[in-house]
Amino acid sequence: MMRFMLLFSRQGKLRLQKWYLATSDKERKKMVRELMQVVLARKPKMCSFLEWRDLKVVYKRYASLYFCCAIEGQDNELITLELIHRYVELLDKYFGSVCELDIIFNFEKAYFILDEFLMGGDVQDTSKKSVLKAIEQADLLQEEMGLA
Amino acid sequence: MVVPSLKLQDLIEEIRGAKTQAQEREVIQKECAHIRASFRDGDPVHRHRQLAKLLYVHMLGYPAHFGQMECLKLIASSRFTDKRVGYLGAMLLLDESDLSQGIQPVQGLALCTLSTMGSAEMCRDLAPEVEKLLLQPSPYVRKKAILTAVHMIRKVPELSSVFLPPCAQLLHERHHGILLGTITLITELCERSPAALRHFRKVVPQLVHILRTLVTMGYSTEHSISGVSDPFLQVQILRLLRILGRNHEESSETMNDLLAQVATNTDTSRNAGNAVLFETVLTIMDIRSAAGLRVLAVNILGRFLLNSDRNIRYVALTSLLRLVQSDHSAVQRHRPTVVECLRETDASLSRRALELSLALVNSSNVRAMMQELQAFLESCPPDLRADCASGILLAAERFAPTKRWHIDTILHVLTTAGTHVRDDAVANLTQLIGGAQELHAYSVRRLYNALAEDISQQPLVQVAAWCIGEYGDLLLAGNCEEIEPLQVDEEEVLALLEKVLQSHMSLPATRGYALTALMKLSTRLCGDNNRIRQVVSIYGSCLDVELQQRAVEYDTLFRKYDHMRAAILEKMPLVERDGPQADEEAKESKEAAQLSEAAPVPTEPQASQLLDLLDLLDGASGDVQHPPHLDPSPGGALVHLLDLPCVPPPPAPIPDLKVFEREGVQLNLSFIRPPENPALLLITITATNFSEGDVTHFICQAAVPKSLQLQLQAPSGNTVPARGGLPITQLFRILNPNKAPLRLKLRLTYDHFHQSVQEIFEVNNLPVESWQ
Repeated sequence: MMRFMLLFSRQGKLRLQKWYLATSDKERKKMVRELMQVVLARKPKMCSFLEWRDLKVVYKRYASLYFCCAIEGQDNELITLELIHRYVELLDKYFGSVCELDIIFNFEKAYFILDEFLMGGDVQDTSKKSVLKAIEQADLLQEEMGLA
Repeated sequence: MVVPSLKLQDLIEEIRGAKTQAQEREVIQKECAHIRASFRDGDPVHRHRQLAKLLYVHMLGYPAHFGQMECLKLIASSRFTDKRVGYLGAMLLLDESDLSQGIQPVQGLALCTLSTMGSAEMCRDLAPEVEKLLLQPSPYVRKKAILTAVHMIRKVPELSSVFLPPCAQLLHERHHGILLGTITLITELCERSPAALRHFRKVVPQLVHILRTLVTMGYSTEHSISGVSDPFLQVQILRLLRILGRNHEESSETMNDLLAQVATNTDTSRNAGNAVLFETVLTIMDIRSAAGLRVLAVNILGRFLLNSDRNIRYVALTSLLRLVQSDHSAVQRHRPTVVECLRETDASLSRRALELSLALVNSSNVRAMMQELQAFLESCPPDLRADCASGILLAAERFAPTKRWHIDTILHVLTTAGTHVRDDAVANLTQLIGGAQELHAYSVRRLYNALAEDISQQPLVQVAAWCIGEYGDLLLAGNCEEIEPLQVDEEEVLALLEKVLQSHMSLPATRGYALTALMKLSTRLCGDNNRIRQVVSIYGSCLDVELQQRAVEYDTLFRKYDHMRAAILEKMPLVERDGPQADEEAKESKEAAQLSEAAPVPTEPQASQLLDLLDLLDGASGDVQHPPHLDPSPGGALVHLLDLPCVPPPPAPIPDLKVFEREGVQLNLSFIRPPENPALLLITITATNFSEGDVTHFICQAAVPKSLQLQLQAPSGNTVPARGGLPITQLFRILNPNKAPLRLKLRLTYDHFHQSVQEIFEVNNLPVESWQ
């Protein structure tokens, strides 16, 4: 099960955090700080997996953003990489050639998309089409409600 | 006019007092208006009361949505009363209607929230709703409901019984999202309850069927990633199969063919395929699979090791490490590739490769492996050095083909990574050398050469100093077939030892070794001993207490007890397994002389010390000990020397206590109660430092209750070098004749990371055995 997912920039600014396990705010801040330090210190050629505390961390850098997932001991790291890639693809399809600015200004959309793709740390739907359709419908609904 | 708000009791009374429905409605409406106004005004003091009233009203069936925001405000407040009511409100007011009647997107949102932050009570309450949603026609909602169920089971395991029945039916679905969710749900159920595990073994054939269809035909292309059909689903099914097949012959057999098929047919050009393959390998290794299949799995991992993708190499190394115990010979076949991986630039990869290589060393490949590992030691990053060095030393101990090879190996490790070896490496090496009589000459020469080149590596210097002291005569004798003849003259040897003594890089323990070695040479060398005597007397006024004591003792040996000198400084007998008692006694006398500085000692008049030393020669008791340089625990022989009450190895040891930790600096207490003197308690404090900065000017002071007497001995030093350097030890003597409860307050002051630290604290959890 995934414990949490973080998105942060090279300068150490947090862009998105999704926690799938109840943790106190203080504890969260501490973990985020620590993990960011560790990941940002990695050199570009190093492998995408590292061990941190008692968890495995899978991270990948896309342009200026680091996508970081913490998984448990028995989870498959390689498939988590695929998961991260799938999320990036979803963002890309939705925003059209996504960049960090899109995520900064539309962070709630990023969360919505994540919530359609993952739930409770597990993958909800493996079809890109299906996830994007659901988001489209939700957006439509939002507009309709807004107008009414 | 402000109408004072009703207390909850009053409101309840009023409502119950209302005779008709209309009257009740009136009361409630009036009160709700009041509550609404109060919420608007933001009165924090009575907010919880207002919400409590609102909840009561809600319970009666009246709308109360406007209270939802207030719940959040109350939860955020720091007062317990507020939080209590706030959480209650959140749980009750969470719109159940959203779950059961809302439109799909809203249902989705509600489920999502529930699965992310649903508390145990919420889960319990809403489980029936979620169960209903599991059977709804819309796949959008169903897949979410399933995953919400997963969360609920994680939070409240008793709900498993609720969600177990629908699973079998859900497995027949074709929608990938639902299937994926169901498999996750079943996995969760099986992990939590053995009964569920047994129940679900029945579905193994069905799972096999689903997976087979996926692999061969694929349900649809929209779920594939780079040619692999729905890798997420495949991985999840494989994981469930792993759990079901573990320790179960029948299920494992059913899966064998399928696993082989997946293993051979999956396209491995991209990460998705490799992910599936990896999961397959993990499953094969975990279940009771056929032998051929296991070999296939190991070979796949071997192939992974050659993959250009770093990540794949990493997972391969990690998995092989897990397998090396159970399938050792299969993994051995890939040893060359593993060794190649040692040359990786990526630190996490080379660390894995190191662990795996160490695990693969056995008696047949030890020489080759050691060569590789030693080459690695020279070039590896500093944080791996310690592990590599200890690994090499351990492996050398287990598999050394010859003693000489062993000594060579240890020597090499000490010269390359001396500062990183564990502390007992020195003791081990001296024992090893001492035991290999035929190699004394060889060892002492090698060590001398090494020392001459470099006196900074402390363990090496210590061993070398000891050796030169013991076997100095062999060093000077000239010939040794195994190395080129070396002409060393006495002056050079003495000069070298003096250099060690004076060097600022030498630790106090090292200096102790050097001084003792010099002293021993006084009997081994042929020339006169003026130079040695000079050095010895200089150190008689050294600031370091141990060195000073040694020097003064040796000086006295020269001046007053010269006739005894030769006997005292005799060569140590070999450490035989069943050594005769006489040998051991003589050995103890030597060791006692060396041990005398190991424990912190007050500077008592020297004469009485030497008198005890002489006593020792006549008869000794106590255990044989290796010359320790860190361990202050006194052996029997040592105790006579120090005039402490006899402290045999504690028969019923009182457990050690860790009392302090700050930024990598730790303080431990160990307790000894000598049986002859029940009122006495000896506490040894040990200060260790695992941080990156040195600890200096360390002072520890202690206080005990008035009924007890405390005496502090001088500490072994006041500096603890970084990264596990030589700890400071100090002995406290506490007299407790009345068996009063022990209380201990400690005050520590030291400098660390350029800051002065002062800590005052009372030690809690002192073991009862320390004063009863």
